[in-house]
Amino acid sequence: MQTPENIWPSTYQLVGSASLHPPYNWSRGDGRTRRPLPVTRLLRTPRNGGIMKKENYSDLGETIKSDDSDFQFASEVKKRSGTDFNMCYHCWCCTGGCPFSHAMDYTPNGIIRLVQFGLKRKALESSTIWLCVGCNTCSTVCPMRIDMSAIMDTMRQMALEEGISVAEPDILNFHKEVLHSIEHYGRTHKLEIMLRYKIRKRDWFSDMDVGLKMLAKRKLDLMPSKVNDIGEIRKFFTDVKHKT
Amino acid sequence: MDNHKNSLTDISYFPGCSLATSAKENNLSLLNLCRRLGFNPVELDDWNCCGSSSAHSIRSELADDLAARNLFLAPAGRPLLVACPSCMLRLRHMYIHLRDDEAARGYYEDKWNISFDPNLNILHFFELLPEANLPNLAKDSEHPLNGIRFVPYYGCMLARPPVMSREKNYYGLMEKILSSLGAEPLLWGYASRCCGTFLSVARPDVVRPMVNNIALGAKETGADCIVTACAMCHLNLEIRCDLREPVPIFHFSELLSLALGEDDHKGWFSRHIVDPEPLLRSKGLI
Repeated sequence: MQTPENIWPSTYQLVGSASLHPPYNWSRGDGRTRRPLPVTRLLRTPRNGGIMKKENYSDLGETIKSDDSDFQFASEVKKRSGTDFNMCYHCWCCTGGCPFSHAMDYTPNGIIRLVQFGLKRKALESSTIWLCVGCNTCSTVCPMRIDMSAIMDTMRQMALEEGISVAEPDILNFHKEVLHSIEHYGRTHKLEIMLRYKIRKRDWFSDMDVGLKMLAKRKLDLMPSKVNDIGEIRKFFTDVKHKT
Repeated sequence: MDNHKNSLTDISYFPGCSLATSAKENNLSLLNLCRRLGFNPVELDDWNCCGSSSAHSIRSELADDLAARNLFLAPAGRPLLVACPSCMLRLRHMYIHLRDDEAARGYYEDKWNISFDPNLNILHFFELLPEANLPNLAKDSEHPLNGIRFVPYYGCMLARPPVMSREKNYYGLMEKILSSLGAEPLLWGYASRCCGTFLSVARPDVVRPMVNNIALGAKETGADCIVTACAMCHLNLEIRCDLREPVPIFHFSELLSLALGEDDHKGWFSRHIVDPEPLLRSKGLI
């Protein structure tokens, strides 16, 4: 298997290596040591506010074989995002700072770990890449100044290009509606975005109260605000660019 | 009055979609404020959406185009004032990219036949404030905001990608300016917690508890209100808070304009979902 530089060598023993472990106390207090957990378990977000309890890691079913790894994946993410994520030493600061990590299936640094291992499918199918809103809190607390937001942007776009099933279709639909509005008006028209999003989702009743309140307070304009030179904007959407 | 108008300095102004529509109260109070500070904001002709979160999320090259068009529209020799922290981030990020990357700059210069202005000064409205002597501009008293206890909410405007980490940082500015006008800032832990942005639409179940925590945090400090600099944060904090007694939320520009004695505030506060007027009345501000 081809092993580009800066990527973990394929012979690396992935399961049961001490360096994979997050900073949890593994001793059981009775002198015996617990069996190390498979990698993906460790990088999944604990459901109980960060404390690993026994029931959270009782399922040891998921292990990673290095044969599954796609080593081109890591270099592609690195190239497209312009970010060297191999600087990451998994201090978990990004996960601690992330306001959404509790809702994600993998922690933010867990995504970096999956990329480092070349586990393309697992990374691109995760809900994490969609729940990330790019608030940059992670990059701000990162001791290595890794541009997490750029990595997430890249992975989202790769998932779409590869046709991988999207873990959070509602979020994707919302993005599509915002871009649809920009394509047509050059600016966002919130009322139409919301209506089209609701039609797509076939969900009319949730948030009805919020919508009515916003209408009553004149927060949703009926008519869109438009760019005059809309042809220019539409060209952005149709042009396939080859920037150097 | 005419003399006063003539002495105003023209600056280009990029309102952004939120201020142009859902947060008109933010826009109106900001324009008032700018004029009081001696600037005449001239709306950027035919500006377009900066791309918001969605463009860079699923089509990076589109985000570049949208931000670049605005930068190339800006007339030379004037600073470009931006009100929304999110637009600011997108535009400034693109500006740095164009400044440092000759190929990208050349691409757009050829496309529009305009040369890129490397001296374009993109200003957030915060940057107008430290120079201004606000207590002197206030109408009746030097401390018009006496009695208001607030917590400052910066949202993610202080967090930036690493390439921009050396840019100006505004932390503490809201506290400093508002306390110079008599208001009392309180310390809390949520000043730079993300409001949830677009997840408010697609995943309200995730955003609601976050927003409630922010509102509860404000109550625990004993604050009367939250002051925010971002129109998006303002909307999310208002629509996703389902506490029985929600906390009033002000745009920073509203409180400043109010302190300087603007009296067209009826049109601003009637657009709030959480009515701030009882609070202001109890403090004798309106």
